Amino acid sequence: MLSVRQKRDAGGREDRAVFRGAALPWLFLLPSLLILAVFIYLPTLRTLRLAGYRANLILGTEQWVGLGNITDLLGSPTYRQVALQTLVFTLLSVTGGLLLSLGLAWLASRPVRGSRAYRLLLIYPYALSPAIAGTLWLFLFNPEIGVVNQILGELAGVRPRWLDTPLLAFALVTVAAIWKGLAYNIVFYLASIRNLPTDVMEAAQIDGATPAQVFWRVAFPLLSPVTFFLVFTNIVAALFDSFALTDLLTRGGPYVGHAGITTFLVYQLYQDGFVNFRTGAAAAQGALMLALVAFVTFMQFRLGERRVHYGA
Amino acid sequence: MVRDRHLPRARTATSPRARRGDWGTHAALILAALLISAPLLLALIKATQPSSAVLSPSLLPGGAFLSNLERVWVDAHLGRSMLNSLIVAVTVTTGKTILALLAALAFVYFRFPLKGAAFALVLVSLMLPTEVLIVALFDLVSRDLNWADSFAAIIVPFLASATGTFLFRQHFLNIPASLADAARIDGCGPLRYLTRILIPMSWNTIGALAVIQFVYAWDQYLWPLVIMQRDDHQVVQAGLRKLIEVGGQTDWGAVMAGAVITMLPPLIVFTALQEQFSRGFALSEDK
Repeated sequence: MLSVRQKRDAGGREDRAVFRGAALPWLFLLPSLLILAVFIYLPTLRTLRLAGYRANLILGTEQWVGLGNITDLLGSPTYRQVALQTLVFTLLSVTGGLLLSLGLAWLASRPVRGSRAYRLLLIYPYALSPAIAGTLWLFLFNPEIGVVNQILGELAGVRPRWLDTPLLAFALVTVAAIWKGLAYNIVFYLASIRNLPTDVMEAAQIDGATPAQVFWRVAFPLLSPVTFFLVFTNIVAALFDSFALTDLLTRGGPYVGHAGITTFLVYQLYQDGFVNFRTGAAAAQGALMLALVAFVTFMQFRLGERRVHYGA
Repeated sequence: MVRDRHLPRARTATSPRARRGDWGTHAALILAALLISAPLLLALIKATQPSSAVLSPSLLPGGAFLSNLERVWVDAHLGRSMLNSLIVAVTVTTGKTILALLAALAFVYFRFPLKGAAFALVLVSLMLPTEVLIVALFDLVSRDLNWADSFAAIIVPFLASATGTFLFRQHFLNIPASLADAARIDGCGPLRYLTRILIPMSWNTIGALAVIQFVYAWDQYLWPLVIMQRDDHQVVQAGLRKLIEVGGQTDWGAVMAGAVITMLPPLIVFTALQEQFSRGFALSEDK
């Protein structure tokens, strides 16, 4: 018994496998595994299969086209534009969101009076949904009746067409997405800043480092594990949570070139799958996005292991 | 000591330079809090104004909140869709927590063949978001299971939680092994150990996860939008879309009142569990 207990797992911890029984652990795992099998793994296989057919679920027709759907997508100017827009939106919202939330978390963790109240004020918007965000921003930035233009019109005499001007609409969705994500990022940065090693920071201060130097040379490298984690979760949020935001705020528009400028990958997938009923094309987009998410995860692990400072 | 936990240890030494910077810090934080809350504050103000004032630049609160709310509650069946969302969010949160606790119990306190494979199955599921599988999932749930328009369609597929399993596993691994040994020697079975020892020691993690899962379930939008055609079963997030759609003549005072009410349940859960939420994350950081 003792030898069993002293075995260590990969994390270097003591083994805790103290209970006996071969069927019991499977019984505990069964509900989770069953749901994952039926609602995650089976749909994954079916997505990959459907991607090979020119199918229409409503009509019940199917025709095997192999990689035809995928090559069609990659050659389609619409899809290429949507993919490029998604890339730009993701880059801007993730970098903007992370820099802003790191700065705010750093400020909110300074030992000033009322810092607990500040922290609460910064993180409570976590409880707001993307759909609510879309609804609020739609009302605020409605060109005719929105509060923002009402006030801008009174004060400066300008009423920008926020939702119809491509660049403004794109910027609006990006800023709304950053706003929506701030609270989540701040929660994680606050928790990590609290766990920073005091001695290292104080040593740097005593050695005459300016606050900016302490931040960039000492704290920032120590915060790289959480930054890496947040880069990944923020990319996923930019890819998926943006759906409700754009659906309510801009409906993917305004139209520029081959597609709406705020039509991102998931919105296009939804449009093809449930508005245009091009099931095969939508499934092929699902397959491409699976590859994308797998690539992002792979990069996260690769880069994370090599570059991230785990010394904390 | 408890209060000290919330101060960043890194900056507790107050040099004159740091103190002079306090004013700037206060100003920046107040400005940030105001900017972050601005959309909400405006929504709150507009939700209280009578129809005549809603579309004007006026930012003075009015007394029409209840009549605005009544219109959206009765005419747009907000009450019904709020109840639907509540049923879904509570069921999903409870179910996810229980299933994740059981799975973590199996992974941490048992040794069994194919444990690695089972763990990989849970791990890889993180890379397979529902949104990407939505066409096949729709086909499966509506045609093979015939669950379209039923609550099962928006509850059952979301009951397994990889995140929850990992967080509980991590937390259990930080609990001394001798405790489980002692319990087993005293004749305590795994389920009793879970309910009597592990759960009472896991409230911070459970609270943190409950917030995440409740907010996630409450925020569901795309999936209910495609699978739920019956209005009386629709959740409140997708219901917002209907409110805005109505023939171009949107009653914005009512919509803002509806939006404000829709925010409340997750805000209440978040506020109630805020302490656990913050602490659950700080503790789960593997140092």
